[in-house]
Amino acid sequence: MTVKELAAACGFDVACGEGDREVTGGIYCCDLLSIVMGRAPADCAWVTVMGNLNSIAVSVLADTACIVLAEGMALDDDARARGEQQGVTVLKTSLPVYQASMAVAKAIGILQ
Amino acid sequence: MSGLHYHYQVPGDDVTRAGEASGAVKSTLKKMGIPPQVVRRVAIAMYEGEINLVIHGGGGEIDVDIDGATVRMVLRDQGPGIPDIQKAMEEGWSTASDSARSLGFGAGMGLPNMKKNTDEMTVESTVGEGTTVTMVVRLGG
Repeated sequence: MTVKELAAACGFDVACGEGDREVTGGIYCCDLLSIVMGRAPADCAWVTVMGNLNSIAVSVLADTACIVLAEGMALDDDARARGEQQGVTVLKTSLPVYQASMAVAKAIGILQ
Repeated sequence: MSGLHYHYQVPGDDVTRAGEASGAVKSTLKKMGIPPQVVRRVAIAMYEGEINLVIHGGGGEIDVDIDGATVRMVLRDQGPGIPDIQKAMEEGWSTASDSARSLGFGAGMGLPNMKKNTDEMTVESTVGEGTTVTMVVRLGG
């Protein structure tokens, strides 16, 4: 499933990016960027509340398929611009982290 | 293959610019056709190093040498130095400021992540003079 399809299936907004990557690395939830860097699988949907420039850098370097920004948290303007520039898709939802992750799990078929 | 050399200055006061050097190296390695899992290891190790230069070292410089077999990254700062390197290598131990923590750093994972993602790593540090971290990743994985 592509990130764009994931957004449609879950009712998430696309804050930036084309959403053409496949989500094949499962789901990863964490807000501490160093932990994310060390442990997020490549090609995962990374669910977080951190919508700053460093989140974009971490997504690029850890090679996540997308960022899912939960809890209705804002994506900084400069983060949005960097995301567009670097091809990072950021999805937004008002759902809390757990519910957002459950929605993704159902959409990508790892949970019935 | 002839070697490639890159030099980067990392400013000490702007955590938002961290990632520029590691992003550039990542993109170079990708273009060279290096396996994605190896590129990811280099990118993670170097980004953690950049963050350390910004939040602990007061800025610094990075030299990257890429030849046919390895990527060698040397990160130098003239910051406060690390009094107890063994302690700093422990997961979860951090001296990061509250402002660094509010941006999502300071989990005490930086040096351990760098060690985990490289094939060789040495940390040389003198309190009051600065720190030099040398990391080598073999491109064969």
